Amino acid sequence: MAKPNKDTLLDWYRQMVLIRRFEERCAELYQQGYIGGFLHLYIGQEATGVGAVNALRKEDHVITAYRDHGIALARGLDVNAVMAEMLGKRTGTSGGKGGSMHLADRDLHMWGGYGIVGGHLPLAAGIALAAQYQEKDEVVLALMGDGSTNIGYFHEALNLSAVWKLPVVWLIENNQYGMGTAVERASGAKELNRRAMAYSSEDGSGMKQGPRIDGMDVIAVHEALSEAVEYARSNGPILVESLTYRLEGHSMGDPQRYRTKEEVEGFQASGPIGRFREYLLENYKSVDDAALDRIDAAVLEQVNEAVAFAQASDDPTFEDLISHVYVD
Amino acid sequence: MADRPITYREALSSALREEMRRDERVFIMGEEVGVWGGTYAVTRGFLEEFGAKRVRDTPISEMAIVGAAVGAAMYGVRPIAELMTINFAFVAMDAIVNSMAKVRYMFNGQYTVPMVIRTTTGGGKQLGATHSHAPEPIFAHFPGYYVAVPGTAYDAKGMLKASIRDDNPVMFVEHSTMLQRRSEVPDDEDFVLPIGKGDIKREGSDVTIVTYQKGLEYSLIAADELAKDGIEAEIVDLRWLRPLDIDIVIESFKKTNRCVVVEESLPMYNVGAEIAAQIQLHAFDYMDAPVQRVAAMDIPLPYAGKIEAMALPSPEKIIAAVKEVV
Ligand SMILES: Cc1ncc(C[n+]2csc(CCOP(=O)(O)OP(=O)(O)O)c2C)c(N)n1
Ligand SMILES: [Mg+2]
Repeated sequence: MAKPNKDTLLDWYRQMVLIRRFEERCAELYQQGYIGGFLHLYIGQEATGVGAVNALRKEDHVITAYRDHGIALARGLDVNAVMAEMLGKRTGTSGGKGGSMHLADRDLHMWGGYGIVGGHLPLAAGIALAAQYQEKDEVVLALMGDGSTNIGYFHEALNLSAVWKLPVVWLIENNQYGMGTAVERASGAKELNRRAMAYSSEDGSGMKQGPRIDGMDVIAVHEALSEAVEYARSNGPILVESLTYRLEGHSMGDPQRYRTKEEVEGFQASGPIGRFREYLLENYKSVDDAALDRIDAAVLEQVNEAVAFAQASDDPTFEDLISHVYVD
Repeated sequence: MADRPITYREALSSALREEMRRDERVFIMGEEVGVWGGTYAVTRGFLEEFGAKRVRDTPISEMAIVGAAVGAAMYGVRPIAELMTINFAFVAMDAIVNSMAKVRYMFNGQYTVPMVIRTTTGGGKQLGATHSHAPEPIFAHFPGYYVAVPGTAYDAKGMLKASIRDDNPVMFVEHSTMLQRRSEVPDDEDFVLPIGKGDIKREGSDVTIVTYQKGLEYSLIAADELAKDGIEAEIVDLRWLRPLDIDIVIESFKKTNRCVVVEESLPMYNVGAEIAAQIQLHAFDYMDAPVQRVAAMDIPLPYAGKIEAMALPSPEKIIAAVKEVV
């Protein structure tokens, strides 16, 4: 696989900063009462989402759980429409009917964020089945939290994908906690990629156990996922675990009694964006602080515009309320 | 073309076979659908005709059977997911209610989910408490998909073909004790019945019996008995619990002014409750008696045949209920 060039790396940097700024604004808008319901921020996990989604081809697929803003933005969903969805506006990606947890764009093959832990995993298998059935050379990237590896859906979907050799990359975003429950308090296996063994045979058939990767290093994520995606395209399912960290609460208003401030601060110091910025400055002579600051400023402006767009947009109507329950 | 009597099972098989021949995108997935030939032999010979790509045996994974069918349907194919019996649909409840029913709405119409869940319902076969449910009203609670409950071979064929051709998800509930029932079915590959339309299975002027499936079979027997006493029952077969054809019920009720609802499901929060509520709302001035309900008793079903039968509806119970209202 060719090494990503400088422009590509700068674009990943832009995507990561976009996610960070977007999430920070969402938190504010939530405090101010513009965003309701649950709000699950992606802050801290940007390297995993950006590295993984950028390993896909345009015709490949991505699906995730409710912590979906970062995935949607990395996949290139319109920032205005995503922000409008947060505010429950008619111009949102789901017309205001989905909300923060249910961002999707059919044309971009972003199949949505899903609110029931593990509920999207068989859908991922089904999308892969449809691709296989229609003889399309496409891969599904299915992201999930560490917590979702403990629900029956995980077992059923992964096993089915192994039986039918479906082209799926199962990517566990291990951010160390499912709400307030640390991985080792909820899973018999601490290394979650080992779960793949349950669906593989001694002769190597079945699910491939992929690596446990440093999910705070966007380049490492991209490299591992690029390999995994091509493996899935030719051979069938593979399970990868990305070690990452959620720097904010599970959702807004989480008192975070399950972890110490020191622990969070430790991860903040080595956050994925700062790390990547340093990497770029060290490795590319033509990249300096001013260049990166320009990207930061452009992103900030884009987020501000998105907020203005969302706030100026219309609310959904009664017609919207009752439409799309069925195909007419 | 000439009609010929075929069984409910043959009606299902031929509907599936015809639709699979007609449309390459239609395929079957479920437990024992292929090599075994279907637990109720509905898909016998299908693996040989259509191959393993289109007749897909699955692991015992109800959540994944339904969930994968949803994902596949979203991406351009038309799965028929089989749940061996409705008792196992409880395991798939989340996939049905939160995924199948909602992906279209919550993503604002971006996705279409053209799939069918085929399953069987019903007690009365001494299968004990866990294998004897008739809980289809529960599944009709949720908007976002249709619920079919065919009671004759004719209906089974026309409704299944309609379900496969429709772009909405359908939960297609077959009755496990009615597979050998025969009726005339048009020998026409485009025989399709409209979705959400009930059917008058017997005309009468004294009382309206609203029912489906096993209740239909018993109501027809009861009606013949009642006729001997000069009571003419009109039997409305709902055929679909969703969309509910309330118009056909109200129209009949305005003629008879009396109603008995007969079903095999449990007595609380069931079809009878819905029909009774709608009648008092839409036809209060036409009511000459309270709506009566015949359902299973409010207990789990036992194994022993003698007492199992006591818990289920019967022609005798229907006759007694009719005599309460006329
Ligand atoms: C089936 C189900 N049970 C419980 C919940 C409530 N819940 C929402 S998120 C969550 C934790 C999931 O953790 P994880 O999979 O690690 O994802 P993360 O939030 O860390 O991204 C729980 C228990 C749910 N949404 N669905
Ligand atoms: Mg987690």
